[in-house]
Amino acid sequence: MAIVGLVVVLVTIAAGVFAPFVAPYPQHARAFVDYANAMRPPCSEYLLGSDPSGRDILSRIIFAIRGALKMSVGVLSAVVPLGVIVGLVAGYHRGTRLEAVIMRITDVFLAVPPLLLALAISSVLKPNLFNAMMAVSVSWWPWYTRLVYSMASSIRNEFYVQAAELVGASRTHIIFREILPNCLPPIFTKMTLDVGFVILLGASLSFVGLGEQPPVPALGTMVADGAKYMPEQWWVSVFPGLAIMVIVLGFNLLGDGIRDMMSTEEA
Amino acid sequence: MPRLYRVQLEVKGLPEDIFVIEQLKKYFATDDKTKYVKAVDGVDLVLRKAEVLGVVGESGSGKSTIAYTVMGMYEPTSGRILFKGRDISSRATKRPMEVKKELQIVFQDPSTSLNPQRTIAQILGLPLRVHKLVDSKGITDKVVELLNMVELSEDYLYKYPRALGGGERQLIAIARALATRPDLMILDEPTSALDVSVQAKIINTLIRLQSELGMSYLFITHDLSLMRNLAHRVAIMYLGKVVEVAPTQEFFEAPLHPYTQMLLSSIPVVSEVEDALKPEKVIARGEIPSPVDVPSGCRFHTRCTLVMDVCCQEEPDMVRIGSDRFVSCHLHTE
Amino acid sequence: MAEVLLNIDDLHIGYRVYKGTLKVLDGIRLVVHTGEKVGVVGETGCGKTTTMRAVMGILPRQAIIKGGRITFKGKDIMVCGPQGIRTVRTDGMSMIFQDPTAALNPVFTVGEQLADVIKYSHVGRGLERRGAQQAITAMSIEALKQTALPDPQRIITNYPFQLSGGMRQRVCISMALVTARDLLIADEPTTNLDVTIQDQVLRLIKQLVEEKSMSLILVTHSLGVARMMSDRIYVMYAGNIVEAAPTEKVFGNPLHPYTQGLLRSVPKLTGEGIGFGIPGRIPDYFNPPAGCRFYPRCDFRLPECENEKPELYETDEGHYVACFIHR
Repeated sequence: MAIVGLVVVLVTIAAGVFAPFVAPYPQHARAFVDYANAMRPPCSEYLLGSDPSGRDILSRIIFAIRGALKMSVGVLSAVVPLGVIVGLVAGYHRGTRLEAVIMRITDVFLAVPPLLLALAISSVLKPNLFNAMMAVSVSWWPWYTRLVYSMASSIRNEFYVQAAELVGASRTHIIFREILPNCLPPIFTKMTLDVGFVILLGASLSFVGLGEQPPVPALGTMVADGAKYMPEQWWVSVFPGLAIMVIVLGFNLLGDGIRDMMSTEEA
Repeated sequence: MPRLYRVQLEVKGLPEDIFVIEQLKKYFATDDKTKYVKAVDGVDLVLRKAEVLGVVGESGSGKSTIAYTVMGMYEPTSGRILFKGRDISSRATKRPMEVKKELQIVFQDPSTSLNPQRTIAQILGLPLRVHKLVDSKGITDKVVELLNMVELSEDYLYKYPRALGGGERQLIAIARALATRPDLMILDEPTSALDVSVQAKIINTLIRLQSELGMSYLFITHDLSLMRNLAHRVAIMYLGKVVEVAPTQEFFEAPLHPYTQMLLSSIPVVSEVEDALKPEKVIARGEIPSPVDVPSGCRFHTRCTLVMDVCCQEEPDMVRIGSDRFVSCHLHTE
Repeated sequence: MAEVLLNIDDLHIGYRVYKGTLKVLDGIRLVVHTGEKVGVVGETGCGKTTTMRAVMGILPRQAIIKGGRITFKGKDIMVCGPQGIRTVRTDGMSMIFQDPTAALNPVFTVGEQLADVIKYSHVGRGLERRGAQQAITAMSIEALKQTALPDPQRIITNYPFQLSGGMRQRVCISMALVTARDLLIADEPTTNLDVTIQDQVLRLIKQLVEEKSMSLILVTHSLGVARMMSDRIYVMYAGNIVEAAPTEKVFGNPLHPYTQGLLRSVPKLTGEGIGFGIPGRIPDYFNPPAGCRFYPRCDFRLPECENEKPELYETDEGHYVACFIHR
């Protein structure tokens, strides 16, 4: 199953990166109208059909994937370093005031449901991709902190860490060279799974109109736009929806596979 | 019999003493606020230059706690630790770097004392880097030198601990401890987790290094037969206190404390010659009390076959017998 | 000559793992007579625990029995099916393990665990419904008394965490001996215990086994313990028996280079120093040596040792060595 996930993920990434070359009608991802070809069902010219403005749905999905991946990369590159470092520091200082303060702050952010927080932030700020990314990031970082904190605080008491401390190694060395390498496998697994979840969260945001604004295609927006044409012209909503599902499933399977691989390696 | 010589009065100021513990106590809190685990309850010990001192005891004796407290992993509850005349009775984090260089430890379990995500070269390079003993170009050569000191080849440089057997890992732990050329090495049961054929190799390596480099060893163990072949002096601990200290030869020829006799008679030996060396009189009996509920008077009185009335009431003082022997037992305090 | 109680004949066992098959046991031959105390000595990974688990029928799922037979009281217990094995385990033999804390269920009292052992044995099956509980309690208290546990009435109500390590092991011994058995298998029963407690527990096992005329297999890595407890000793290395002899002969005249190496490495009270150990490591079980498995580490190699496997040759009355030097 993990292989299936890997294939899906690779295809998705390829589609996103090479979008202008892969999509049959790249120009449809920008402002474009062609009412003559609007609402055509899947056929040889428009593999997944065309939308109310006459744009090829397949091409738009491919470009939407690009946006979704941008969002994931953006969110994770902000969230992972921050969350991991905070978690390491808290784990290292377990039992002190510092750790208590850090973890209580983390708990506060964890208590708010991510979608709700993201919605709240997005609606206050101007709706665009960057703000959506920021909103998701704010609610996402504590999960990494929690994860790393629990690992770091137990590794911290292992004999090999004590041995390094007794030799006189600096705190920085201990945290980044002794503790962190032993925390990596679950972090990588979570990152893989998170790409899928961030895409899902992003789609939820764009479904309600926050996030990427038209004419740039976004998977959630496409689903929303096609909702009113259901069920007769089903392809307008269903294909973007399927795309979301398949992509998220692919990342999940890959993440599970990575986790299994890491745990057998250690055993 | 001469009365009441506290170990500290005898040896303070002697230049060969690398290490002195004075009335060291380490208590741990329990959930019950009125009770403490009295792991170490007033210990006086001296370790001399280039000497191997064996500290022998069973569970609850406090031997590992002494090692960890001396090393600075715990803060002493009271008492002093003097290293080369300098007071280091605090946690390792508060100690100056020179002290950390000269005091090293080898832990009991080789599978948890080496970081599984670091190569041997990185593990051995760390002490060299931290104490700036070599510049960055010379590190690899120095690491190879360390490996050679424990008779391991260069091939081990880029391996991970999981590729090594228990004995080899322990040799790496020893090499790591040697990196800073410490004056004192604490060995906490370094071979308890190893098979006897592997143990032999490790012990022989340790003996060779000790005589080549003139280090002192504080060797914690439960294995008396090992100490017979390795230690210059032996200290026996029971429930947080030292009950007997003596040079090895005298100790094994005529053990004085009833607990020591019980320990010796319990060792399973492999020849009749050794059988004859074991004291017959004291057969093992009783359970070891918990360090939370230490018996009144002499701690050993609940299991002692030679118990007298005074033993249940008063704790015996440490008494000197001969030139370098000390016993804590009412039988010897008349 | 006493009867043969247990006969392990040419046992070959492997473990199936991801990378391949670990060919651990390579033709084990072991015999225990009624009333005899046998010691099995070997270091980590030599296969002694695997052998004992095969006898009790508790091998893990990945184990494959590639050949050999185990007969207990004349019956082949490898082919007797689940019911047969159960009867053997409840009535014929019992086992005590290295870690008494892991061997006892932490959520049941000592009394409940002893009661279970009795209920599933032939004694339990023979009890009448009325008064069964009292009979069981009486038997449990008697068993605990026999292992010199103070205040058995109270211990019956205790949970394992309330007892010390030595006491837990005594409870395990009580459970193993509460109903009459023919054979007791003790797998490193005192390795985790302090030396003064170990001495007491070992003497207790010896006394009980002799009183009840049982046979004993004591598995240990300590030569001293084996010497103290056994009439005859088997020395195992890398899945083979390398030497088998009455105890005095093994210690008085060790013949196999491995046995000699082991004895040399043991620290002695005479203070003569410690031998240099045995160079090398145990063989890779995925690709064990074709001939004698000790060949890579042996100081007395002959050319035939590399590719031919030595049998157990009898050199003296009852003294067997698996070494070409003594063919």
